[in-house]
Amino acid sequence: MTEQEATVVVNDLSLIIIVLLPFIGALFPGPMIRAGRNSCAIFTALPTALSLIMLLLLAPSVMDGQVIAVELAWLPQLGLSVAFFLDGLGLLFAVMILGVGLLITLYARFYLSGDDPMGQFYTFLLLFQGAMLGIVLSDNILLLLVFWELTSLSSFLLIGYWKHLPEGRQGARMALAVTGGGGLAMIAGMLILGEIAGSYKLTDILLQGEAIRTSEWYMPALILILLGAFTKSAQFPFHFWLPHAMAAPTPVSAYLHSATMVKAGVFLMARMWPVLAGTDAWFYIVATTGLVTMVLGALIALFKDDLKALLAFSTVSHLGLMTMLLGFGTPMAAVVAVFHIINHLTFKAALFMTAGIIDHEAHTRDIKRLGGLRTLMPVTFVIGALAALSMAGIPLLNGFLSKELMLEEAAHTTWAGSPYALPALATLGALLSVAYSFRFIGHVFLGPVRADYPHKPHDPPFGLWVAPALLVGLVVLIGLLPHIVEPLVRVAAGAVTGGVLPEFHLKIWHGVTPALFMSAIAVLGGAALLAIHHPLDRAWIAARRPEAKAIFDSVVGGATGLSQRFTQLTHDGAMSRYLAIFVASTTVLGYLAWRGGGLPAATRDLLPVPPVVLVGWVLLLVATGSVVLMHRDRFRALVVIGVIGLTVSVGFVYLSAPDLALTQISVETVTIMLLLLALHYMPKVSPVESSVGRRIRDGVIAVAAGAGVGALAYMFLLRDTPSISEYHLANSYEGGGGTNVVNVILVDFRGYDTYGEIIVLGIAGLIIYAVMEALLNGPAARKLRNTDYSSDRSRDRHPLMMVIATRVMMPMAILVGIYIFLRGHNQPGGGFVAGLVVSIALLMQYMASGFAWTQSRQRIEYHTMIGWGVVIAGLTGAGAWLGGKPFLTSGYDYFHFPPIEEFELATAMLFDLGVFLAVLGAVMLMLYSLSRIAHYAGETVNPEPMDYDPSTRSRIVKEEK
Amino acid sequence: MNHWIIAPVILPALLAPVLGFVMRHDMPLARTASIAGTIALMAIALGLFVTAAGDPQVYYLGDWPAPFGIVLVLDRLSALMVLVTTILALLVLIHAVTTGWDARGRHFHALFQFQLMGITGAFLTGDIFNLFVFFEILLIASYGLMVHSGGRDRMRAGLQYVVINLAGSTLFLFALGVLYSTTGTLNMADLALRLQDIPVEEGALIRVAAMLLMIVFALKAALFPVQFWLPATYANAPAPVAALFAIMTKVGAYAILRIHTLIFGPGIAATDGMAGTWLFPAAIVTIAVGAIGVLGARHLMALIAFSVLGSMGTLMVAISAFSPAATTAALYYLVHSTFAAAALFLLADLVTARRAGDRLVAVPATSQNGLFAALFFAAAIGMAGMPPLSGFIGKLMVLDALREPGTMAWAWSAVLIGSLVTIVGFARAGSTLFWKSTALLPAASGGPVVQAEPTAAARPAGVAGLASVMTTIALLALLTIFAGPLVGYLDGTTAQIFDRDGYVTSVLGTEGET
Repeated sequence: MTEQEATVVVNDLSLIIIVLLPFIGALFPGPMIRAGRNSCAIFTALPTALSLIMLLLLAPSVMDGQVIAVELAWLPQLGLSVAFFLDGLGLLFAVMILGVGLLITLYARFYLSGDDPMGQFYTFLLLFQGAMLGIVLSDNILLLLVFWELTSLSSFLLIGYWKHLPEGRQGARMALAVTGGGGLAMIAGMLILGEIAGSYKLTDILLQGEAIRTSEWYMPALILILLGAFTKSAQFPFHFWLPHAMAAPTPVSAYLHSATMVKAGVFLMARMWPVLAGTDAWFYIVATTGLVTMVLGALIALFKDDLKALLAFSTVSHLGLMTMLLGFGTPMAAVVAVFHIINHLTFKAALFMTAGIIDHEAHTRDIKRLGGLRTLMPVTFVIGALAALSMAGIPLLNGFLSKELMLEEAAHTTWAGSPYALPALATLGALLSVAYSFRFIGHVFLGPVRADYPHKPHDPPFGLWVAPALLVGLVVLIGLLPHIVEPLVRVAAGAVTGGVLPEFHLKIWHGVTPALFMSAIAVLGGAALLAIHHPLDRAWIAARRPEAKAIFDSVVGGATGLSQRFTQLTHDGAMSRYLAIFVASTTVLGYLAWRGGGLPAATRDLLPVPPVVLVGWVLLLVATGSVVLMHRDRFRALVVIGVIGLTVSVGFVYLSAPDLALTQISVETVTIMLLLLALHYMPKVSPVESSVGRRIRDGVIAVAAGAGVGALAYMFLLRDTPSISEYHLANSYEGGGGTNVVNVILVDFRGYDTYGEIIVLGIAGLIIYAVMEALLNGPAARKLRNTDYSSDRSRDRHPLMMVIATRVMMPMAILVGIYIFLRGHNQPGGGFVAGLVVSIALLMQYMASGFAWTQSRQRIEYHTMIGWGVVIAGLTGAGAWLGGKPFLTSGYDYFHFPPIEEFELATAMLFDLGVFLAVLGAVMLMLYSLSRIAHYAGETVNPEPMDYDPSTRSRIVKEEK
Repeated sequence: MNHWIIAPVILPALLAPVLGFVMRHDMPLARTASIAGTIALMAIALGLFVTAAGDPQVYYLGDWPAPFGIVLVLDRLSALMVLVTTILALLVLIHAVTTGWDARGRHFHALFQFQLMGITGAFLTGDIFNLFVFFEILLIASYGLMVHSGGRDRMRAGLQYVVINLAGSTLFLFALGVLYSTTGTLNMADLALRLQDIPVEEGALIRVAAMLLMIVFALKAALFPVQFWLPATYANAPAPVAALFAIMTKVGAYAILRIHTLIFGPGIAATDGMAGTWLFPAAIVTIAVGAIGVLGARHLMALIAFSVLGSMGTLMVAISAFSPAATTAALYYLVHSTFAAAALFLLADLVTARRAGDRLVAVPATSQNGLFAALFFAAAIGMAGMPPLSGFIGKLMVLDALREPGTMAWAWSAVLIGSLVTIVGFARAGSTLFWKSTALLPAASGGPVVQAEPTAAARPAGVAGLASVMTTIALLALLTIFAGPLVGYLDGTTAQIFDRDGYVTSVLGTEGET
């Protein structure tokens, strides 16, 4: 650890630019495709190359052991900052990402066909590249998470690139679900880790290995972080998504699924090695998972006929190998892991590109349909064979070197007390690896030339094979002269282990070691296995194996189906159930809340019950009960509701609340009248819709809730509380200029509430009008027209008596309205009641003589009336601003014009006028809407105010007969 | 006294009648006035947002001293909510105008302005009965907007919405009745003051009031078990209205945050910790219901509606902690989820206008398939809480703030697993809508052309049509980039929320001063 603390940290902003360049570059391929495919590819390569150059400029100082870092604040409150640092490990990965990125850009230029949207491809590729760079350079684990999820998202887009292919779509979704899910687990892990370390800064965390390993939160953090790493790096049992991601175009497979993204998990384990590794838990979880993955992946790879599937499982196997090495927890194993990362990158990317070339030229990737390509595609053969031999671990190629070292490490690692388990299984893995590598060469290139290729294969153009050729060049170069990469391995491995490195030298000949024997067994055994591949293959195909995709699909499909059923069952629009749940849970929760506290002593005594009150009480009970019993007969129910309303009004009178009583009576009258009118066009009887059981359930809930409300009321009626109304009583006359406190509260103390409520009323009018409009333009209008209402119609629509009576009452009613309005401020009354009274007077005219007849005799539009009401009230309130006072501040004064008595004018009255108009307008607009229904329902317009003409009547009677 | 405080209420309240009663016959005029008014509203909100940085400012209506009249209180929280509302409103309004939604029924603009009045009024008020009044205004306006342009399914869902909310309003009144009868006051600051003196031995009624109010607000916030109304309502509302409704659930969340910190907050003996205890499990279940709904959705609008439900769960999990850190996280997530939901609804509108219905099945790709796919991808990322948009930051903050041993495992599992399921659900939907549909196109050469002549609705969306969606998504990006300064403001907001004495002194301490 001391070495790490001594490292020189250099600040350099260019790190941010290096990461940002691919993202900025991603803006260009889209538009540049218009200039041609070459320009598109060049504009993809440019930012990559630029980024790479900037990185290489920083490389020398990193090789000298310096660490380059930069930090900008982003969200300091959370500990999230734009912090990057470049050490050996980061440098290794960044060079791989950008270098292979360049090669892939070149390869894809020639691989994609003219039909493929190349601009899109390169955009996604650059986004992915940037995200990947972000992961390996992040110095903040939260920032790392951002990039981590970004790689999942961009790989989703890349796998699904051929969106018309179902395999592509399914593969993309599977990859997103698995790696995205792992990423989410990792979020939790990182947040825990940051909490233990007290910082989200990676370089800080790396110094706290001891504290982290001994923390009680170590295990959760470890498991959650490993979930992220294992899913990303396709470790067993999360390996299954990788082969299905092969539906992506081959450049994507070569880049994401062999060289870079799947190594993110390995990278993370390497990055976290100093703090997480070295415990038993780490060893058993990581090494075992890696080992199982290595063997299993290699075994499946041997029996895959699709070239890319073979390579995919081989990648799974090699990722397992690296994971296992990191799991060993020894510095030397970490060195080997780093070395194998480099080697695997070179040969595997070359192999994928080779597979892509074969697919491109022969139009198939099925090994069973290939063979004999050696002579037809000599260049491809050389590239593919060298790479495959390296994968098999044949001497003089780089794969051999790291495999030897791996076997050496395995040879002296004991697993659960057994010194043989690990070496044996590692040898088995290597053996299988040899077998599938040889199969790749033997079954594809060797053997006789066939006559039935889907397309006559030949070597591809230079542009397609140059990229894999360069990689194979590296394979051979490292294989022959391993010491040239030694500095890189050393600095990267140093970063993994935190500076402590064992003595080692990368060389071809290590002498006669156990690893050499294991290696020999692997090569010979692998070759032997391939010889009997045919019968084995038949047995493999015949065997029943769990198919990961089928399991995954059935899990997701099952979950989807269950979710669908659950949602449909619970959110099916059953209003009665929704309300039952609402009321029941409210009652239960209310009761539980009440249980948690006590009550103060009662301060009032129960009063004796006078007979009048008892009568009213019984009346209310009976009426309410009748509504429940008779609610299916809607007319009767309405009438009974009217009884309840009137009884309540009487109650208000008894309790000396004349304002309330007046309001209640007029509201009651207007609503019942409107409801009666509306009911005319609706079914008169409510059907029975719920079973007896459900009605009992609802009844129980309703009674419980009602009892609860009753109990609450009872409890607070027994207790006095000093309230703000005392102030209102004291200040009504002096401050508000009125002696009717209720009215002063309505228009002054709480005028703002009233302002809101008249707006509610106005909106209601508007909505009824708008809904009516929508209804009458829809199927409801047809239904109205086709319903026969004649049986309900009175033969005496506009009776003489009623017409005359309403005419007589009209001026009186209006006078009463004005009176109530004017006296409102000092006596019971006010704009609200006045509005209702006048609307009742008007309503009666409409009922008496029909809407159209009456309508043609009035000149103000109801819309406008509501509008004026709201505006007058609003402007009155705003008028106070002129005096520098707040909204709705009232002013009043007393005037005396002889011969009238002295009277008072208050701005509150103007406000009340607004209330009056809005109420009147809203009620009348509702009536207007109802009459429109009537019009649609075929009601005729009467030309006369009343049906007084006996001859007209006899004619009607005759027609009906 | 700063008269601008009441402007966000008065401006739409005066504009709406003019729109509804004077300009109702001329759509271009109404549109211009409505947009101009909303822009002005946003400017005012921005001004208030800037001026709200200091102590809470109080507006004494009618010049009556608190607690006897009604007061408006402008603090950081209300200023933030008003600003978010107006920005959202402008985006939605422009979308509704450019797509012609406003002309498909009567009185859209008037109702829209009334709706804004109701929402801003609810955020600004410092009086609990007045809060009820503004709930009524915003609800009744929302009924009208919800059923705008009619249609059977919409009417049915609208009726459900109305009935459930009427039940909620009734409960609100009951709760206020209990509260007033035990405290004798309606002013929030005064309530906070009076409740301090009530011991738990005498607090039964107060507890009931607090619980009932919590249920009322939970109903608005669509929390389990009173969330049932939301999916059908949002899925059947006109898409721009659904986008505007993204702020309506937040009104419920706001009210819980306000009332259950200020009035029934920490330190009130009678109700200490009660709201959090009950909100937490409810929010967890809500996340689950939302995620399950997303996975099982068969229609695009329903999918989005359920994702809104899930996001409300996440938001309420954070709020239910009633701790400063979690509150800051909740506020950030609130702003984020409002715009994320709006972006999805607006986009869904553009997409469904160009295909037959919003069923999640593959139909031949519509025009601009690629563009819509990209926008959907971005908006879904925002909603599911994936980087690089603000949902990820919000999620990190929420998780980071919820580290109480008793709740951490539940909250983290719910949020993270919920995210995963949501991601899977969105990936399925997106892949069916935008990828699978490309497979259905007839071969480039030969074969009959399946696609009919594009109808008016199927015309490619122009710059104006796309403007709102793109701006909304851009806002999510800005929320991410400027997370630092924003969270700085929100930290101040949280500090103010938990400074009960500061609020009470601002409202009551300056008694008589005007």
